[in-house]
This record gives sequence, C-alpha cells and structure tokens, in this order.
Amino acid sequence: MKLLTHNLLSSHVPGLRPGGGFPLRIELGRPSELPPEPLPNSESDEEFLRRVHHVLLEVEVLEGSLQCPDSGRRFPISKGVPNLLLSEDEA
Amino acid sequence: MAGSGRRPEHRGPPELFYDAAEARKYTHNSRVVEIQSQMSERAVELLGLPEDRACLLLDVGCGSGLSGDYISEEGHYWIGMDISPAMLDVAVEREVEGDLLLADVGHGIPFRPGMFDGCISISAVQWLCNADKKSHSPPKRLYRFFSTLYTALARGSRAVLQLYPENSEQLELITAQAMRAGFTGGMVVDYPNSAKAKKFFLCLFVGTSGTLPKGLGTECANEELHQAKFTNERTRFRNVKGKSVKKSRDWILEKKERRRRQGKEVRADTKYTGRKRRPHF
Repeated sequence: MKLLTHNLLSSHVPGLRPGGGFPLRIELGRPSELPPEPLPNSESDEEFLRRVHHVLLEVEVLEGSLQCPDSGRRFPISKGVPNLLLSEDEA
Repeated sequence: MAGSGRRPEHRGPPELFYDAAEARKYTHNSRVVEIQSQMSERAVELLGLPEDRACLLLDVGCGSGLSGDYISEEGHYWIGMDISPAMLDVAVEREVEGDLLLADVGHGIPFRPGMFDGCISISAVQWLCNADKKSHSPPKRLYRFFSTLYTALARGSRAVLQLYPENSEQLELITAQAMRAGFTGGMVVDYPNSAKAKKFFLCLFVGTSGTLPKGLGTECANEELHQAKFTNERTRFRNVKGKSVKKSRDWILEKKERRRRQGKEVRADTKYTGRKRRPHF
C-alpha cells in the first residue's frame, strides 16, 4: 500500500463522529527507515518535490496494521494489501 | 468458466466462488481477458475524463487487476477493492500498478470525501444483490455502497458500473438505491438487440446532470426505444395501418394526387384544402 493511498483512507466502521476515522495510524510490522520531516518553504524546490513523490508513491507499507483513531479498531496489512473486512456485528 | 449457463452469483458468495483455482482460471482465460479489457475500455470512455491529465480512479471489484491494467495503460492511477483474497493474491503476483484493498464494498467505501476523479466497476455490482449471509439486506448494502461512493467521488465526476443484472427487478433495485444516494444518470445499453453482445453500463453523475451517453449498436431510428418522450399534444392515431387516417388533410392530398395520376380533373391544392370547416357547414 502506497502512502498516498493511506492519505486517502478513512475508517468505514459505522457510528463514528463526522470527520472521524481519519487519519488511520500506521503501525509497522518491521521497523523501516522513515523519511525525515519535510523542510519548510519547499514547495517549489525540485529536490523536495522529488522526495515527496518518492514518499507518497514509491514507499510501500508491506506488513503492519492501520488503527482507527476513534474506535481503536485495527486493520491488518499483509503483502501490501490492507484487510478492511468488517465482521457482521460491526457493519 | 465453471457452471457455464448458470449465474455464478447463485453458487455462493464471491469470496468463496473466486477461490485460488477459479482466480487462476479466470485470469488466464484469454476470452475472459479480452472481454474484460474491452469492457474496461468502454467504461473508461464513458467516464469522460479530461484529456490532458492523469486521474485517480476507484476500481470496484478489481479482482486480479485486469481492468486496472487498462487504467494504468491509459496513464491514470487507481485503487482497487475486492472481496476475494485469492483474486487479490493473483493481482499482487502480477505486480499491478494500483493499490489493492481487501474489502466488502457493501460495508461502504472507506475514503475521505471527494478523493476520486472517477470510479469504474466491471462485472461486480450484481454480486451485491444476493443475500449471502442471514444478516444481509441487499437494498441496505446497495445503499451503503452507493452513498459512500457518492461521498468519495469528486464533484462533477462519474461512476461507470458494468454489470450483469439477472432481471429487470434487480436492475430497478440497483438504480433506485443509486438515485436515493444522490446520483443522477441512468443505464447505457450497448448492442441492445444482441443476446451475446448486450452490455449494461450504469452511468452515474455526481453533482452535474450531464446527458447520458448513447449506447453502441443503436441506430438513430431506434433512439426512441431508449428514451421516454413527454409532450403535451394529444396524438390521435396519426398513422393507422401505415396509411393516413381517413379524411385528414394528408389523406385528402394523397387522394387528389392519385386522381391526378389517373388523369382526372382535380382542383389545385391550396391552403384551404382539407381545412376544418365551421361545425354547421
């Protein structure tokens, strides 16, 4: 799962507050190099843009889980594919 | 395909039907690949995306990524959702460009508002009409799917869903829930007169009420079959049995012409020919 996709995802567990379920917290199964904090005033800096592009579209989370900030529900990620299936009681 | 002639939806839920064996068969069957690719092409065409830029699309029921491959070929980005782990495994193996989510779209589309420039779905939505579990209510699941999809799409974008409806009731159920969720649009039918080639594309608009694209394989003369025309006139039997109605102006003119051809003496046609006289004439 690319980080861009993670930016767009929000939890679909019913009954959350409006605007809730976002952002999902990434918990990594294996520690990996996380990109450094972005520098300020860098929108036109090509090097910065290249690094942002790399972070959003070329870094993939392969193993770990996503945690909903409101309900605490965890969605596991395996082989890069998050499992968002809800049990029948939850839906 | 297994159980040819019977609908796969009747054999069980999609996550069980599309097991590892079926997933492999499906993806390697050249006929399936060809048809899926053609339908994906048509669906993307119906999306009416802007020509100059790459878009982010949602692929509902992406399966092993056959439709996603076409989207990538066109230079767009996509995120796919499917309920079958086996199909998604094949997609991962094939190293598709899009991101994949294992999810049941009947539970909703888990994205922030306005994230997608469009949505396509190939041969998937009819699976929502079957109650595979006791707790399932197809209308509720369809509504949850359509309402969350509506939210996840950007204003002015479209969703094009190719599906195989079992009957007209199913078609109505699906369309009704889509309209309830706020979509406008309707069904585009390609090749309506061919049993084999006929394809249904549910074209849904978010926000704008665009004109529905025309189905392929329909001549202009058949256009009326796909639209209902509403006028205020009362038309009374304009052409009964292919001939003009007796005593109408048309009939009178035709009769005069016939008599002229027979060589008889006939008064000239004027604006008074066949004119309605006052009642007590």
